[in-house]
Amino acid sequence: MEHLTFEYEEGKHSYDAKATIVGVVASGNLEVLIEKNDSGLCSCKVITSEIGFKNIWQAVLNDFFEKYELKNTDILINDSGASPSVVSLRLDQAMEKYKRSAND
Amino acid sequence: MISFYESSARERINHLVDPNTFVEILPPSSKEQSPHLKLLNIVSSFDDGIIIGKAKLNNHSILIASQEGKFMGGTVGEVHGAKLVGLLQSAISCEVKAVYLLIDSGGVRLHEANAGLIAISEIMRAIFILRNHNIPVYAIIGSQNGCFGGMGIVAACCNAVCMNEEGRWGVSGPEVIETVCGVEEFDSQDKPLVWRTLGGKHRYIMKAIDIIVPDDVNEFKKATYTLLNKKEEVEISLESIKKAQNKFKEDLKEYKGVKDALDIWRLKNINKLESISLLNNSDFLNVVKGESSGN
Repeated sequence: MEHLTFEYEEGKHSYDAKATIVGVVASGNLEVLIEKNDSGLCSCKVITSEIGFKNIWQAVLNDFFEKYELKNTDILINDSGASPSVVSLRLDQAMEKYKRSAND
Repeated sequence: MISFYESSARERINHLVDPNTFVEILPPSSKEQSPHLKLLNIVSSFDDGIIIGKAKLNNHSILIASQEGKFMGGTVGEVHGAKLVGLLQSAISCEVKAVYLLIDSGGVRLHEANAGLIAISEIMRAIFILRNHNIPVYAIIGSQNGCFGGMGIVAACCNAVCMNEEGRWGVSGPEVIETVCGVEEFDSQDKPLVWRTLGGKHRYIMKAIDIIVPDDVNEFKKATYTLLNKKEEVEISLESIKKAQNKFKEDLKEYKGVKDALDIWRLKNINKLESISLLNNSDFLNVVKGESSGN
């Protein structure tokens, strides 16, 4: 098991949205919880069952940040060995649901 | 048609209850996670594999719990169990019409077995207290992990059980029986045998469950409405428990030496018994009801 933290400082968007969860902690899958915070940062905390994939997480989360440019947001991930493409899909799915809850 | 069997725990709740009425208790954002798994270097889940909350069903207040079988087999750990116990214990003060348990579980989580076993006994006690207060508790079994171990016993404590054919219900699961008693006793790889023995159809034939539905969330929804209006037929008393126990003894005598569910169906004079496993739900009900009315 490995704990990884990635922080992004130059985000532009934040949403007044409800905490949102997608996915399940199951083999090859992960759960993503998105919550607002007031730190100004987009803070990503990953707990993963697989050790030694920090660079790949960094790459996937860099792409995610580039796409959404979030601030004041926590991205919390419990991962059970999901592939990078599954992680990206879950992140997109979580953001879609999160933004929808802001509009409601 | 949306499959209940394929739905996640959250999807199952959303498909069953009235739209936008579900209010989750201890949602993932409260982060009540297993204190044991991280000590064992296992990734835990924000909801510990169970979703609990209040909702409306056909405009009646209910409580509902849904287990996520994909996370550690839907097993009952300390937090998972405590959420279920707390939900059941709150039913009296919440003045709900019923409690629904959407079970998808292999039983106690072995990583936190002591806490899980205690939780199972507390769940059972809470169910009996509710039944004494005339608040029914209904078990819905129709997901991929089935309902086994301690949760298998919990389901048997409920007022009524609803299943689909795909759901499986028992105490020891197929692999456990094979490991303990050998492959001659039970071949867990023989899927037709597993479903014939533990699946919804056999449970319905044996009158262990009240409702069998096709694997469609709308059919399950209709069944939950039916259960909502169900009158309690048997009050729990020493007398009724002894009677049920005697029924089991008689069944045991009647089916002594029987190796397969097919043989029981034959003894029960069920028509077309070779095709029972292939029949759709309504044809199956016609065949079985034909049997019970003596045709």
